[in-house]
Amino acid sequence: MSAAAEPIIEVRDLERRFGGGRDLLGRPKPAVHAVQGLSFDLLKGETLGIVGESGCGKSTLARLLVGLDRPSAGTIRLEGRDVTALAGRDPRALARVVQYVFQDPVSSLNPRKTIRAILEAPMVHLLGLDQAARRQRLDELMDAVRLRSEFLERYPHEFSGGQAQRIGIARALAADARVIVLDEPVSALDVSVQAQVLNLLDDLKQRFGLTYLFISHDLSVIESVSDRIAVLYFGRLAEFAGREALFAEPRHPYTRLLLGSAPVPGRRSVSAEEELAELPDPLNPPPGCAFAPRCPRAQEDCRQRVPQPQDGAVPGSGHQAACLHPASGPLAGAEAAARA
Amino acid sequence: MSARAARRDRPDQGRPSPWALLLNNRLAAAGLVILSAVVLLALAAPLLPLQPPDVTEPAERLKRPLAEGHLLGTDDLGRDLLSRLLWGTRVSLAVGLSATLIAAFFGSLIGLVAGYAGGRTDSLLMRGIDLVMAFPYILLALAIVAVLGPGLLNALYAIAVVNIPFFARNIRGVTLGLARREFVDAARLSGKSHLLIVVTEILPNVLPVIVITMSTTLGWMILETAGLSFLGLGAQPPQADLGSMLGEGRKLLFTAPHVSVIPGLMIFLVVMSINLLGDGIRDVLDPRLKSGALARPSARTEVRRERVPPEPEADPGRVVSVAGLETQFRIGREVYRAVGGVDFRLASGECLGLVGESGSGKSVTALSLAGLVPSPPGRIVGGRVDFEGRDLLAASDAEIRSLRGGKLAHVFQDPLATLHPLFTVGDQLVEAIRAHQPLSRAEARERAHALLGQVRIPNPAARAEAYPHELSGGMRQRVSIAMALANDASLLIADEPTTALDVTVQAQVLKLLDGLRAERDTAVLFITHDFGVVSELCDRIAVMYAGRIVETGETQAVMAAPAHPYTRMLIDCVPVLGQPGRRLDAIPGLPPPVNRLPEGCAFAERCPRAQDDCRAGEVPLEPLAAGVADGRAVRCLHPIVEDEKKEPAE
Repeated sequence: MSAAAEPIIEVRDLERRFGGGRDLLGRPKPAVHAVQGLSFDLLKGETLGIVGESGCGKSTLARLLVGLDRPSAGTIRLEGRDVTALAGRDPRALARVVQYVFQDPVSSLNPRKTIRAILEAPMVHLLGLDQAARRQRLDELMDAVRLRSEFLERYPHEFSGGQAQRIGIARALAADARVIVLDEPVSALDVSVQAQVLNLLDDLKQRFGLTYLFISHDLSVIESVSDRIAVLYFGRLAEFAGREALFAEPRHPYTRLLLGSAPVPGRRSVSAEEELAELPDPLNPPPGCAFAPRCPRAQEDCRQRVPQPQDGAVPGSGHQAACLHPASGPLAGAEAAARA
Repeated sequence: MSARAARRDRPDQGRPSPWALLLNNRLAAAGLVILSAVVLLALAAPLLPLQPPDVTEPAERLKRPLAEGHLLGTDDLGRDLLSRLLWGTRVSLAVGLSATLIAAFFGSLIGLVAGYAGGRTDSLLMRGIDLVMAFPYILLALAIVAVLGPGLLNALYAIAVVNIPFFARNIRGVTLGLARREFVDAARLSGKSHLLIVVTEILPNVLPVIVITMSTTLGWMILETAGLSFLGLGAQPPQADLGSMLGEGRKLLFTAPHVSVIPGLMIFLVVMSINLLGDGIRDVLDPRLKSGALARPSARTEVRRERVPPEPEADPGRVVSVAGLETQFRIGREVYRAVGGVDFRLASGECLGLVGESGSGKSVTALSLAGLVPSPPGRIVGGRVDFEGRDLLAASDAEIRSLRGGKLAHVFQDPLATLHPLFTVGDQLVEAIRAHQPLSRAEARERAHALLGQVRIPNPAARAEAYPHELSGGMRQRVSIAMALANDASLLIADEPTTALDVTVQAQVLKLLDGLRAERDTAVLFITHDFGVVSELCDRIAVMYAGRIVETGETQAVMAAPAHPYTRMLIDCVPVLGQPGRRLDAIPGLPPPVNRLPEGCAFAERCPRAQDDCRAGEVPLEPLAAGVADGRAVRCLHPIVEDEKKEPAE
């Protein structure tokens, strides 16, 4: 990704709280921060990978970006326009630019609608195409996702997971969107089908000049698709870097833990924490860094203040880590050997 | 391709149609016949040669049934009862049906809006509904009629209003679930407005529930109409409906019982037939009932073996030996060969990884060992499973029961589904221990705490008091593992035990399993789709495709040089950490459906190396290198290794 690429989406200090407020007697109700203090740019034409474990806020982030949910604080700007305001005033204008691919391909398709009805909906409501134009576009779409056009008259339950996910992708493309948010698009698929969908996504990106925000819990998938990667932990950014930098020299201890925990085919390489890996209680988060209770490098100050993302040794490289005592150098042991 | 042939390709085929299901239900069919007869008669009333229903003829009063000219007799004003009965049934059916439609329309509307909008709108609407429900329904109907004045139309309104809450509550519940579904979000992103989403996305999914509710309330509505008319608040004289006829006959109950008994019987017939039919419709349309939830599976998989392999030679180190295992599912006329002849052996302390994609039969294989495949539709049709000196497929139910959770234990993918939500994990462990060991409650509890300690749960005594939902996913899976080990299992079957866990937690659970296996010398059958996880834990692997093992051998050897094209392609299509530039070679196509397996090799269709002989005749699982006892075997006529092995040899 060249440094000159301009941002298409700018996220600043994004925060999403669930619950909160006060009850009838004025007592504060418990609140959970799903996403907190998140800032990053999505550059035109790149694939930005978002990786993290359950509860890190990645799905909340995805819903915020496409306007299905509203931030509690902070801003999301799409080509200079405020997404939240746009989602309220003209959701169709937003949907023409940003589209979404869901994790569960089958439950994201209405079981009582034919594929034709599902794919035509965005063409009718977002683009206002007439029947002839729709027919032509349907053919293009089915061809692009490599499905036979006689499938158009069938219902979702007649498709396998991989085929259903390709229909989900076709729907996202139907509106001519330029940015596609992919929320765990291959997690529900079998491994052999996963590769088909990943390759298809790559082809479509080249062919239509798309920008992807690719969310996954699977590090190897994220590594294979992303130009830059954001690692989330407990609703906050832990580390943000280009793909090579992140995997060659992870700085945040959480990133290093993730990399060390991922099993690699053909090798016994997994290292695990000694203590039980428990996420903090979201209703009662620890003060300071949320990762400190699990962190082998944690010191006194980690438990007192929340670390902000900071540039590393090479300022301007874009390699940021939200850690007061970041590690340096390549990951030791088996993981490094795996890459060698 | 003819239409019928096209339909044969659909996955539904083999299952009976809704109509056939409905007619199969004898009570529902009887209801349908009776109701059709009644409705036809009522509809035909104007065409039949009947006397006018409202013309009085005092001379002919109170004729008994079968009197001349009056088949069912006459009432106290000399009106023909048969004529009044048919015209009255017409009115009762029409009022009941219209009341149902009105209640269904408004109730569903309220339910849809409340369920979709949620929040304040929902609270407001549903509290209103609660208010209506707080009154006894007949009192409310009486009050409404009292305000509007007596009359058939007003009774109709009253009954409709009283029944709106049934629809509203039912539909709201269903809508609530649907409105949070992903396809509704998708419709929003397709640019549909809220109104369009409710009408075109949610309503079609709610419609079956509306029909079910209508079919079960229609009879009730007719009864209520009759009730109001009986009280003189519905149909006004001289108009006849079944309720008012009953009311008029009441005075003559002892002198001329037929005047009230005949309309009473008609009400009984109508309501009874509607209810029978309604229950039948519900059974057909309700997806939970359709999936066979009513047919309780038996406690153990049905075994009807057509082929029984000979007993394997004795081997003291071996824990389990499976030979020629075949498990099928029979649904309708279709036979799904989920497991089509699987062989493997496990020594104590050994870990065998059963690898495959969904539908490859790996889970069914594992469930078949202890007879856990639900029957019907599952059935074991061949093979033998030798475990601790006996054939499990021939063992008695009691023997199997004592083995389950004892010497042969399972760990499943989702511990939240396998742990009971209403008991503490300590209690569940104690129960598991005491089911197999003669220990007192206190001793068992002590043992439970020790087990929780062994799966590295800190502070086990306190954690034993926790309910499953109070524990994290990783912790719950540790509890499941502790439970599986509670009775010193010699074989642990772990079915995707880490698939639902986060990667850092998975790493810990894998380490734990590996440690426990070494400590206790337990044999582990580990089922997974992930080659990374297999490499981490398993000594040997067996790769399954379309219900059969296609390749097996030492993990390192297979991973380094897979011989079956499927294994090779399956390994190559997964992204590997640290090799981002690697091209992902997707496997084209899909696995064959197991109810329509091709002849020859099941993978031939997708295989780049397939030749003509692959598609003809059985392909056996044979040792890769003849004479080398490394346990490496492959089910392929043209394995990859051949050409590669020759090079260094020459």
